[in-house]
Amino acid sequence: MAVQALDAARLPVDWAKLVQKLALATALFVVAYGVVPAYASGYLVEAILLPFLALSLAAVGLNLLTGYCGQLSLGSSAFMAVGAFGAYNFNLRVEGLPLAVTMILAGISAAGFGVVFGLPSLRLRGFYLAVSTLAAQFFGQWALTKFGWFSNDNPSGVISAPHLAVAGLSLDSATGRYLLSVTTVMVLTALVWRLVNSATGRNFIAVRDNETAARVIGVPVLRTKLLAFAISSFIIGIAGVLWAFTYLRTVEPAGFNLDRSFQILFIIIIGGLASIRGAFLGAAFIVVLPLFLSRLGAFLFGGLFDSGVLDMSQRIVLGALIIIFLIAEPSGLSALFDRLKRRIGSRSS
Amino acid sequence: MTFFSHLRKAAIATAFVLGATAVHAEEQYFPLQSYRVGPYAAGGTGFFGGFIDYLNLINIRDGGVNGVKLAWSEGETQYEVEKGVEVYERLKSNPGIAAWNPLSVGIAYAMIDRITDDKVPLITINHGRTDTTDGRVFPYVFPLLLNPYSETSGIVNYIASKEGGLDKLKGKNIVVLYHGSPYGKETIPIYELLSQKYGFELSQIEVPHPGNEQQAQWLTIRREHPDYVVLRGWGVMNPVALKTAQKTGFPADHIIGNVWSNSEEDVIPAGDAAKGYTAITTQASGERYPVVQEIVKTVYGDGKGNLEDKSRIGSVYHNLGIVNGILNVEAVRIAQAKFGNRTLTGDEVRWGFEHLKLDPARVEALGAKDLFHSINVSWDNHEGDGYVTFQQWDGKKWNVVSDWIAPDWKLLRPIIEKSSEAYAKEKGIKIRTAEDADAVVSN
Repeated sequence: MAVQALDAARLPVDWAKLVQKLALATALFVVAYGVVPAYASGYLVEAILLPFLALSLAAVGLNLLTGYCGQLSLGSSAFMAVGAFGAYNFNLRVEGLPLAVTMILAGISAAGFGVVFGLPSLRLRGFYLAVSTLAAQFFGQWALTKFGWFSNDNPSGVISAPHLAVAGLSLDSATGRYLLSVTTVMVLTALVWRLVNSATGRNFIAVRDNETAARVIGVPVLRTKLLAFAISSFIIGIAGVLWAFTYLRTVEPAGFNLDRSFQILFIIIIGGLASIRGAFLGAAFIVVLPLFLSRLGAFLFGGLFDSGVLDMSQRIVLGALIIIFLIAEPSGLSALFDRLKRRIGSRSS
Repeated sequence: MTFFSHLRKAAIATAFVLGATAVHAEEQYFPLQSYRVGPYAAGGTGFFGGFIDYLNLINIRDGGVNGVKLAWSEGETQYEVEKGVEVYERLKSNPGIAAWNPLSVGIAYAMIDRITDDKVPLITINHGRTDTTDGRVFPYVFPLLLNPYSETSGIVNYIASKEGGLDKLKGKNIVVLYHGSPYGKETIPIYELLSQKYGFELSQIEVPHPGNEQQAQWLTIRREHPDYVVLRGWGVMNPVALKTAQKTGFPADHIIGNVWSNSEEDVIPAGDAAKGYTAITTQASGERYPVVQEIVKTVYGDGKGNLEDKSRIGSVYHNLGIVNGILNVEAVRIAQAKFGNRTLTGDEVRWGFEHLKLDPARVEALGAKDLFHSINVSWDNHEGDGYVTFQQWDGKKWNVVSDWIAPDWKLLRPIIEKSSEAYAKEKGIKIRTAEDADAVVSN
């Protein structure tokens, strides 16, 4: 009786939340598919949104592995490279393969690569695993440079993106590439969101929090870890395709170096581990803030210093901001965001 | 024609109209994706310093090109591809863009599709993608003066001239020490080909990036006993190679550096070990050329010089920037003769580059006699038959030790065409004809 009353009392609150969520989702759709394509400048799309979307997706992928499943990885950019080169080769060698299939196949290649380099996770943990995933990083770069077949025997080993088209509609324009990117990111993020709220997602968290306890309650630890590597690499691989095909439109193996892996790891640490929203907030911080600072610096002091000095001082400011943010909220921007929301909520009520 | 490309065209047209009204006087704009910090700052400051110094000279001395002032602004790339793309997107909305000059293979690759859509030339002087030499497939990309294949051929021809003729190469042993990067690997097939053609023994040894440890490679070289070592290096790899060669007892005057191993910044850190080292260049170094003298007098005299360290005036990178300035400005001048003395569109400047013919007499009139030889660009040859020369380091400065040498363009052209045609097929590009090249978009 008491329980029923409680449920009845909670029901209207849930409805309000649902409406709020629906409104938010609708607003997101309107912005992503209406406002941005219609009003955004070429600069906003090409220099900010496209790298933001690709890195966000990679961070969502890594967050699944590191944030949810607790497996520290430094191989992200190798998985991106496998995805990018995979998509290039599938597209080149199979005539008339639809873009979506190409991307899925590229993701599967990256997943396979990820599982192989995820095998050490069965015996290694923490920093030791991170070091062993470095092998993926070095091996990937080495193999892609060593065997000319991957880059269609281009002497310098640099490949350029093919034409992008879905159902005969060309997506080569900035807007077209943006729509491809944003759709891919939304679909995959929705799938990841479903996944982390499923039994598998709870298995991930169980393995992260206490591997022994997880094993005791019957979680298949080995399978869970490899699954995390596979799904995470699949998503990061597709992020690599977006990075190569929609953003840079060219790829060389050296472009997927260790720095990129670190960048993605920092995105999820700054954004918030085990939080999908954190991946997006972190990517925004890493991609957009430096540009904003450099534009602001050029606007304020452009006449006084040359571009080199401005660039160095912008790095100092960025570094200081990262330290301040992490001291204020060690669990990342996502937690900071929640705190702000609660504060505003309590003030308005 | 898709909906998006219509939308985009409309946006570009609007931007152009808005932009055009913003310019009061006639101005031609150069967007500069420069790098003044990061590992390659030495090259960046020298090259962009020289380029800006020359543009300043034209503005101060001549009041621009036929009354059209030259303008520019810089964006820092740190030689990183993503930053280069960001700067490209930021600067491309400026009106009256003449040409892009990123001085980075990676950034240039990322820009090929974009500038082709925009119809604005992309200049990759002395570097870039070899097959962009073929203007039939790459209408807007210009690896001026020297592409990597011509450089290889020039080096082999120089070694031959030291040995007394191409037939004397037979049985000689040459080692190529190359940087482990796309740039370093680009010439592997062409060295193989030349070795078969002339009958010299060849081994190519990779130095992993960044190249600050080369003991193993030089021990291999010592075992091989080669007649010459070709150094195809970049950055820190070069001084380390010279020092390690000295340690293993290989004579510096039998090491030949390529075009990115030829600067003061490569030899000074090696100290004594660099004495006698010879390297290829398209532009001689030093201050004695009239155009460099005028820059010292007019631009630096006016306090507008770009180099902070005046001792770098006339260095290899600074002079390369000046030569790059000459080529860009002359392309604009040639295009103006055809289209009128006004701000030109990118496609009109492209036409100018495709008719960029500076014979030695014209080069002398520009005050650059002996600084560089000549250039002869056409609609289908975007390199322009640049000549090379060789300089030897005497411990203090570079001295020219050869005549101007011509690479074997006839031998290279079919290989370049094979590669560019494969690219055209892969990307579905229609191969351009001379008539296509004469169709110029003027608004």
